[in-house]
Amino acid sequence: MSMDLDAPVYMTGMQQDEPTIATILCCNCGAPIDGTTSAGALCNDCVRLTVDVSQGIQREAVIHSCRDCERWLQPPNSWVVANLESKELLAICLRKLTGLNKVRIIDASFIWTEPHSRRIKVKITIQQEAFEGTIVQQAFEVEYTVHNQQCTDCAKSFTHHAFRASVQVRQKVPHKRTFLYLEQLILKSGAHKDTLNIKEAKNGLDFYYAHRNQAEKMIDFLCSVAPCRYTKSSTLISSDTHSGTSSYKFSFSVEIIPICRDDLVSIPIKLARQIGNISPLAICHRVGTAVNIMDPQTLQTAEIPTGVYWRSPFNSLANVTELKEFIIMDIEPLGKSNGRYHLAEATVARASDLGSNDITYFTRTHLGAILHVGDSVLGYHLTDTNFNDPNFDAIEASSQYRDTIPDVILIKKHYARKKKPKSRAWRLRRMAREHEEEAMAAASAPTQSRKQDQEQQRLEADFEMFLRDVEEDQELRGTLDLYKNRNKVQPGGDDMMDEGSDSDDEVPKINMDELLDDFDELNVNDQ
Amino acid sequence: MAVRAQFENSNEVGVFSRLTNSYAIVAVGGSENFYSVFESELQDIIPICHATIAGTRIVGRLTVGNKNGLLVPTTTTDQELQHLRNTLPDSVKIQRIEERLSALGNVICCNDHVAIVHPDLERETEEIIADVLGVEVFRQTVADNVLTGSYMSLSNQGGIVHPKTSVRDQDELSSLLQVPLVAGSVNRGSAVVGAGMVVNDWLAITGLDTTATELSVIESVFRLGEMAPGGAGAGVHKESIVESFY
Repeated sequence: MSMDLDAPVYMTGMQQDEPTIATILCCNCGAPIDGTTSAGALCNDCVRLTVDVSQGIQREAVIHSCRDCERWLQPPNSWVVANLESKELLAICLRKLTGLNKVRIIDASFIWTEPHSRRIKVKITIQQEAFEGTIVQQAFEVEYTVHNQQCTDCAKSFTHHAFRASVQVRQKVPHKRTFLYLEQLILKSGAHKDTLNIKEAKNGLDFYYAHRNQAEKMIDFLCSVAPCRYTKSSTLISSDTHSGTSSYKFSFSVEIIPICRDDLVSIPIKLARQIGNISPLAICHRVGTAVNIMDPQTLQTAEIPTGVYWRSPFNSLANVTELKEFIIMDIEPLGKSNGRYHLAEATVARASDLGSNDITYFTRTHLGAILHVGDSVLGYHLTDTNFNDPNFDAIEASSQYRDTIPDVILIKKHYARKKKPKSRAWRLRRMAREHEEEAMAAASAPTQSRKQDQEQQRLEADFEMFLRDVEEDQELRGTLDLYKNRNKVQPGGDDMMDEGSDSDDEVPKINMDELLDDFDELNVNDQ
Repeated sequence: MAVRAQFENSNEVGVFSRLTNSYAIVAVGGSENFYSVFESELQDIIPICHATIAGTRIVGRLTVGNKNGLLVPTTTTDQELQHLRNTLPDSVKIQRIEERLSALGNVICCNDHVAIVHPDLERETEEIIADVLGVEVFRQTVADNVLTGSYMSLSNQGGIVHPKTSVRDQDELSSLLQVPLVAGSVNRGSAVVGAGMVVNDWLAITGLDTTATELSVIESVFRLGEMAPGGAGAGVHKESIVESFY
């Protein structure tokens, strides 16, 4: 027995040189064919000539692309990114053809065309059953004309005032710490996802939205993280008297209470009596949805809710920019404590006075737990400051409180840092904002460059102060997302000690475990 | 000779007519065009009968016959049977058959000597076919189709079968029938050769769509060029006409 492996396999389509016997004549052309295998009584050539399986399929079509973002319209109204000669574009092209769902697509490919010709050619091979048991395969070309059509997103971005609602957040304080913190909270919770645009304005930020409910969502978010009030106003854009419909543009003005952490406040005496008869001269030790104040001499705390604040608003007496450095000469705990605060009596001297005179000040402080003799501490120097505040005047005039005003109020421990901050092992994400002033400056002459430099320096100083706050306050840090700084080479202990001053190791550092890996920017080469 | 005809826009002339060597039956149509084709070819040669079977026009599919006799289904009315008796020659025996497969034209294919019938036909029917039509009866299929009458067209000169019939099957059938057979189609590729045409020893009538190739196959296998009702020599006559053109 032998296996005939090399037996020739005859294709049934080629009747010229096949040994099988022709049994019938093709009914069309008379060519002798094998009737048992042929399609009906037609030879293959006649089938090919007479049957057009691509009959219902259009050979010319129009596809739309947006000139600006170079995306393609996928009907009815979505826009997709696709390169020329890409799989995605082929899918869009094939979907555009009607009648293609009735046949089987075997193959589809692009035929190269000059991109400027605005024509796309696709070669499609299809199969369809022509007679019973006869499948005809056919290839044909379809030419697409590329028409321009501006996509909705581009149309929106090229139209001025496309927003329907704006949220203007303001805090009238001379620094940007609150907004830096707010930015981190927004980034962490993703509250900025719906915004069309975020602009930096004087004393605050503007958020722009396409719909009112998105703006209201933002306001709900702001009210849940900061003490604020808002007013709403609307502008009529257009109204249709026939259908009774009208469209408005909404503006929400959100004002955050202008009191920050570590500020010195003098409360109206009437309000101080209402909220637990606290001393009217207090420091703000925490800001949540309400302002929490504390009398550093007794450790008494009180909360000023937003509503109560706006009934009798007051400004802070002094803020962190006015802090002075003091040195602890002597400190003695009094044994009273409230949470992490411990009351102590301290004798301090101005750091600038050291070596020139022997003036010392006696004060009570809430920082008894962390201050030691010789430590450097920041505080408000009340005796050599002239406050221009009616509430403070009222305290000085009051027989009850006149004598309780201390010389110095200590606020926080001071860590000696080098002038120029080292690059940190951690970093914060920043939001892409459009500086309104920058945009304006770009349009105007470069004469304002000095003013801009000052502005820039102040911004950097504010940011540095915020970063130090983050480092020093664990409670604050817990509400933020901190990321590992990938550009920073992790310092070994030695060279750090060499170039750093000896006081630098006291500075609080953030544990690497608290930091997150930043996956968003792994492919972005920003350096 | 072979001619093309159409019955009320239908190419399936075998459905609406039955042609044998001694008579022809044509369905009653709305117009006489179809009838006149038969009339022009067969007038004064054989009788042409205008008839219905069981009130329908599909006389070709319901009846089967040759020069000896005619078989009609049991649904044929007495009146129709009487009309056929009156019109057809006395030598033709007419018989009504009690058969479950009542479309006799579809299940039986015959010439004057042999009949190929559906394998499931009843024994009594087979006997009646043999007696009335005077033929030898074979139970066979054509290209695995049991409807021999639909897929086969037969005369005393030759036969045409379904285009998908293999050479072996053709040889087998041909040896039973003792006539040459060929596979082919009518009406531009239609495989139902029995219903698409009618044929006797000198005339074939096919559907109007039949191509020249198909017609030439039909003419050659049924030897229509040389056979004529008046005797042989029609082909010779035609040759002389062609010669006179020169």
